[in-house]
Amino acid sequence: MLNIDEIQNGIVIDHIKAGTAIGLMELLGITEKRNATVALIQNVRSQKNPAGKKDIIKVEGDYSWLNLEVMAYVDPDITLTVIENGKVIRKEHPQRPKRLVNIVKCNNPRCISTIEEACDQIFELSNNGKYRCIYCEQELQVKPE
Amino acid sequence: MRHLIDPLDLSKAEAQSLLELAMRIRQDPAAYQEVATHKKLATLFYEPSTRTRLSFEAAMLNLGGHVLGFPSDIVSSATKGESVADTIRIISCYADIAAMRHPKEGAPLRASRYSRIPVINAGDGGHQHPTQTLTDLLTILTRKGRLENLTIGLCGDLKFGRTVHSLIKTMARYEGVRFVLISPEELRVPDYIIKDVLQANNISYTETHSLEDAMPELDILYMTRVQKERFFNEEDYVRLKNSYILTREKMGLAKPDMAVLHPLPRVNEIALDVDDDPRAAYFEQAQNGVYVRMALIMMLLGLTDPKTGKEVSLC
Repeated sequence: MLNIDEIQNGIVIDHIKAGTAIGLMELLGITEKRNATVALIQNVRSQKNPAGKKDIIKVEGDYSWLNLEVMAYVDPDITLTVIENGKVIRKEHPQRPKRLVNIVKCNNPRCISTIEEACDQIFELSNNGKYRCIYCEQELQVKPE
Repeated sequence: MRHLIDPLDLSKAEAQSLLELAMRIRQDPAAYQEVATHKKLATLFYEPSTRTRLSFEAAMLNLGGHVLGFPSDIVSSATKGESVADTIRIISCYADIAAMRHPKEGAPLRASRYSRIPVINAGDGGHQHPTQTLTDLLTILTRKGRLENLTIGLCGDLKFGRTVHSLIKTMARYEGVRFVLISPEELRVPDYIIKDVLQANNISYTETHSLEDAMPELDILYMTRVQKERFFNEEDYVRLKNSYILTREKMGLAKPDMAVLHPLPRVNEIALDVDDDPRAAYFEQAQNGVYVRMALIMMLLGLTDPKTGKEVSLC
């Protein structure tokens, strides 16, 4: 059994789809933040998750720099638990943002955003709950795998 | 300031006003020959086009205005690597309104965000072609007398056919409209049209591979060309290009008052002997294209309609 210390102050990102936390860390900006205290726990047993396993990320201390907006885009089942002085202060499911700006790139080779200089990569949440590129309307399929 | 990028940029009421203006122009084009004096239209065509570009230019000239622009990316600064955003900023200094065709999807939307003049999407890749849709609406309206309660068959390249996507999005707003989508498996309507437009709005539709089976129930048959320029793979194009050919014999299966539309150009998907059939509406459709573009230019520029004495504009 793997043991990782409980955190006193910080945030726990739980119920991440197993095997996707490394990709998520990049979207959250963790990989760029080399001095942050972070634990990545991959493929932990989980009764709640249909696959029977999940990933967890723990960030100790200040977490205001995390780009939490992308969370629900990646996986709406993710939970955030905020911890202060060793106690759970808040537990929430992140809301899906209406638009994603410069988080992922459109992969449609016919889209203007693939060739235009300084063009923001913008995806908006459509009626059927999928993100679509505002330029070409292609559905976003990129996931942090 | 308004732009026309997506066919749904116009509300149903606005589209109705525009079609009514186009009908007035159609009845008496001469009355409109000086309404846009001293106004300039820029036609920014990054992709070759005969009909659409000349139709826009004819529309502006018919209104008494002037035209400037380029007919392909080869003769524009695009070859020097200029962005769409920069180009439209510059064109905003030279013209009062712009029509843009671009091979990349979303280019006119990108332009509209940096423009100081109204931008009209004159076709962006395989995405949208809203002025063709307005042309189609005017043709359906003049042929059938209504836009509601119609069974519309769309045949051919429904995947890359931007006119098809725009027409479905627009006609889905009218009551009692049903679609029959006729295409080979590889050229089916894109998923976003099926899910976000048809299924999301409970619009009745069927998909089929057989034009013959669909013919008897159609009020409108919208034929399309399999577009060589949309394929990355020549073999796929060759395999699919002759999927559907409308012949006089197949017209025998259709209702006596069905109307055949086609955005043109055609290659071989409509046999020449169908042209003489009174149900062939595609050349009339090309003429209507000039009238709707005249009406659109007038509305985006807020010009005065000489027939009513009132300024026409989008809300």
